[in-house]
Amino acid sequence: MRIDGRGLIDRSKDLAFTFDGQWYRGHPGDTLASALLANDVRLVARSFKYHRPRGIFGSGSEEPNALVTVGRDGRASPNTRATVQELYEGLAARSQNCWPYLDRDLMAVNDLAAPFLSAGFYYKTFMWPRSFWEKLYEPVIRRAAGLGALSGAPDGDLYEKAFAHCDLLVIGSGPTGLMAALTAGRAGADVILAEEEAWQGGRLLAEDEGVDGMSGPDWVAAVQAELDALPNVRVMTRTTVTGAYDQGTYGALERVAHHLAGADGRPHECFWRIVAKQAVLAAGALERPIAFPDNDRPGIMAAGAVRTYLHRYGVSPGARIAVFGNNDGAHRTARDLAAAGVEVAAVIDSRAEASVEGDFEVIPGAVVAGTKGRLGLREIEVSVNGGTRTIAADCLAVSGGWNPTVHLTCHMNGRPVWREDIAAFVPAENAVPGLIPAGAADGVFSTAGCLADGLRAARAALGALEVPVPDLAVPEAEEGVYALEPLWRVPGKRRAWLDFQNDVTVKDVELAAKENYRSVEHMKRYTTQGMAPDQGKNSNVGALAVLADVTGRAIPETGTTTFRPPFVPVALSAMAAGARDKGFAPERFTTSHPANLARPAPMVEAGMWYRPSYFPAPGETTWREACDREVRLVRESVGISDVSTLGKIDIQGPDAGAFLDFVYTNMFSTLKVGRVRYGLMLREDGHVMDDGTTARLGEQHYVMTTTTAAAGQVMQHLEFVHQCLRPELDVRFISVTEQWAQFAVAGPRSREVLNAVLDQPIDDESWPFMACGPVGVAGIAGRLFRISFSGEHAYEVAVPARYGEALYRLLLSQAETLGGGPYGMEALNVLRIEKGFITHSEITGRVTAFDIGMERMISAKKDCIGKTAAARPGLVDPDRERMVGLRPVDSAGRLTAGAHLFKDGAPARREHDQGYVTSVGWSPMFDGYLGLGFLRRGPERYGEKVKMVDHLRGVTTLCEVCDPVFFDREGGRVRG
Amino acid sequence: MRITCPYCGPRDRREFTYRGDALALFRPDPEAGDADWDDHLHNRDNRAGRVRDLWYHDCCGTWIVVERDTVTHEVHGCEAAAEVPR
Repeated sequence: MRIDGRGLIDRSKDLAFTFDGQWYRGHPGDTLASALLANDVRLVARSFKYHRPRGIFGSGSEEPNALVTVGRDGRASPNTRATVQELYEGLAARSQNCWPYLDRDLMAVNDLAAPFLSAGFYYKTFMWPRSFWEKLYEPVIRRAAGLGALSGAPDGDLYEKAFAHCDLLVIGSGPTGLMAALTAGRAGADVILAEEEAWQGGRLLAEDEGVDGMSGPDWVAAVQAELDALPNVRVMTRTTVTGAYDQGTYGALERVAHHLAGADGRPHECFWRIVAKQAVLAAGALERPIAFPDNDRPGIMAAGAVRTYLHRYGVSPGARIAVFGNNDGAHRTARDLAAAGVEVAAVIDSRAEASVEGDFEVIPGAVVAGTKGRLGLREIEVSVNGGTRTIAADCLAVSGGWNPTVHLTCHMNGRPVWREDIAAFVPAENAVPGLIPAGAADGVFSTAGCLADGLRAARAALGALEVPVPDLAVPEAEEGVYALEPLWRVPGKRRAWLDFQNDVTVKDVELAAKENYRSVEHMKRYTTQGMAPDQGKNSNVGALAVLADVTGRAIPETGTTTFRPPFVPVALSAMAAGARDKGFAPERFTTSHPANLARPAPMVEAGMWYRPSYFPAPGETTWREACDREVRLVRESVGISDVSTLGKIDIQGPDAGAFLDFVYTNMFSTLKVGRVRYGLMLREDGHVMDDGTTARLGEQHYVMTTTTAAAGQVMQHLEFVHQCLRPELDVRFISVTEQWAQFAVAGPRSREVLNAVLDQPIDDESWPFMACGPVGVAGIAGRLFRISFSGEHAYEVAVPARYGEALYRLLLSQAETLGGGPYGMEALNVLRIEKGFITHSEITGRVTAFDIGMERMISAKKDCIGKTAAARPGLVDPDRERMVGLRPVDSAGRLTAGAHLFKDGAPARREHDQGYVTSVGWSPMFDGYLGLGFLRRGPERYGEKVKMVDHLRGVTTLCEVCDPVFFDREGGRVRG
Repeated sequence: MRITCPYCGPRDRREFTYRGDALALFRPDPEAGDADWDDHLHNRDNRAGRVRDLWYHDCCGTWIVVERDTVTHEVHGCEAAAEVPR
């Protein structure tokens, strides 16, 4: 219920929202949790395993119980903590893990079956019959247990990722963080202040305390105003720092649009990588529960959270509230509630020496030993002086003490250190280089102490940054003493929960210890304590204390489990922002792309490039018809193809020739200006890396082409060879793949097409096979290369990319007047297979020059990359699988790429494997399939019949082994 | 992780491609014999601690020898491979 005169939120405006279809009202500034509590909604969830009724426990991102689904379909966010979700007009939230209704959940039968569902139950029960586990038990258990469900629809929200840099990152904006940010801000350092919640202030908004003669919230507002005015300070609210990584890098999740009814083009979330020279961890502390019997009913809450709801939201979570604790914070809760006019049922203090001041009953030396109330707390049983008292209460505020939020200090293997005086773990020294823990995160629990510690931490950071520290006084504030006596559990017959989120009880931890899972890491995995969205924020230390107790060890000796990033759940969509769909696989288009689409050619991907597969003509119904026609067109008249995707590297300098001699197996320094040579490139381990042609355009000027697939790899390789192996060579190179559009003009009538577009006609004498040089193309300075990947009389003509589309259209129209036209990748592939030319289908990375019959291309006159290793006996063994041509014996037989080769008559099994097929195509020139493949001792076996078996497609074909050059073996056509 | 490119300054790890041990800079003589070539091509220590390895800055094309610690992930130094004395 709302309490008049309390709270910092705007009560003048109403917001309507629904929970499980029921309409309620809240106010701007409310969280879903505070609005539900204001409406007296106590039951908000069912527990993970036992489907126990659960209510709101905390007031921040550590909430273990109140997980709901916000939104619908592709935009639904399951497992949203109601304590983090800000209210907006029309917000629709639903409960999870219940059926059919939250208040009448039939799966609550699990709670009756609890004896069978204790820790490790799936290792012990449901074991027989064996086949039932997969078919019956597991699906049933999986459906019955769990958290929210994904919609299954594509995520409809936008996500972003971003980078930021600063001198100092301050994590948290409570008294410590504000003081640190203010100090560093005044010093002129670049500061980022990251605050998880919508408002700065931390516990200063949640307590009734003054700072510097002002109220806490007023002091926060004053500091906030100063920080906002400082240009060197950037405040990021709704931003949780999720992880600490190497070299001062922090991950942070900003919830940009979670609090808005409509994102209005904003991303839902933004995942930040913040690089900070120094950081201050001012993340505060988390209050821990006490494990007493039936401590999980709706209405049982953290005492600090009860004060937060009262002071920040003006909400009392109950009409009659009891308080149970082992420290002075319990009394503060009762005082604040009483002052606000809320009835305090009693304060139960486990310490015998507790003071009994106040307008309410204090029961020292007592514990809560039981609770009642099916869907919400009704009464508590108090055990005192050996007797039992029953006290009516609809809310119980519990405080077992506070745990510093050490999580980020553990992300780089730091192990927190136990401090006996506060019975809690604090960060180890220098656990993350450059990260300074301060305030409550470092075990300082008074407001005055936190303010002073924020100043200290900022001074230390500024010192490391070598920035002068401004003169700043510590504001006056409460110097409360944190007095506590550890209390982890209250014995009793009924179950006492340690981990609300995973339904882990004291009994489960005891059972784990009894079954010898005594290591804390084993206990965690056996019981599942500390897993799932909250990662044990409430439960780790309690579970550890129980484990220490039952194993007879001290807590520091028992150790802690490891906290790993992220501190709060991060949606994969946020981490993957920008890498979905085309962001994951960008597209590269050639200049001919629009003309090809207009034809309309289906596209195939070659790396990131899109290339035309074939060009359907009227009347053609299959790709094969188009492909066959295009092959004939090249062989009989002329075809045009865009080959711009091949890598082009411009190489210049006095040592360009010597450099090429070293990267290629064959000689390039001896190549004459105006000539092109085919080159083979090896890796240093002696296997083939790539092949292509290189043209010499001038004494000190070469242009290398690479295959489309290996363009990037070759460029990197050339840089490696030059910088790492031959830095003394005076040579420079640069990729010009994007700068030049290049088209193949192939076929007996190719020269006729070219002479229609070139400024000066060419003839065989001036442009013999493998000639190259500058030409004028319709008035544009271009380049011409007489090279061929089809075996026909062919050229490649290049112009600056901005003229590419125009030249392509011009070439096509000229070709079409001669009965030619464009040809696509399918035809290109058939043409090169007919000629036995290799691609990366053949040079896969484990193939040598010897295997493809090019060992003689390794020049004996010079050293080159890969030469020594290529001579190793194993790489020139005649028994290796070496390249051959394959033709079906029956002309109707089919060949398939990827199929394996066996001796005719041998079983088609691995141990009889003789080789494999790499490329196949249906050749219209031979009216049948042709294949390239690798076969043991291949070149010695021409004429032999081998069996091709494709187990995947179920194809078996008897083939004849032959020379891989099927068509025009003498090469007359290419010179013609 | 950040690497300092000698030409571009400190840059994010995503701009770099890893290659391996900086031993690759020391290519044996073609006649050095099988053992040296075997070491050069294949044999690498998998050290916990300080290592020197080669990274390629995809943006500017520089090969960099990075000295870093595989245990603490500290980067101790970066220099252009072309400048490394050999």
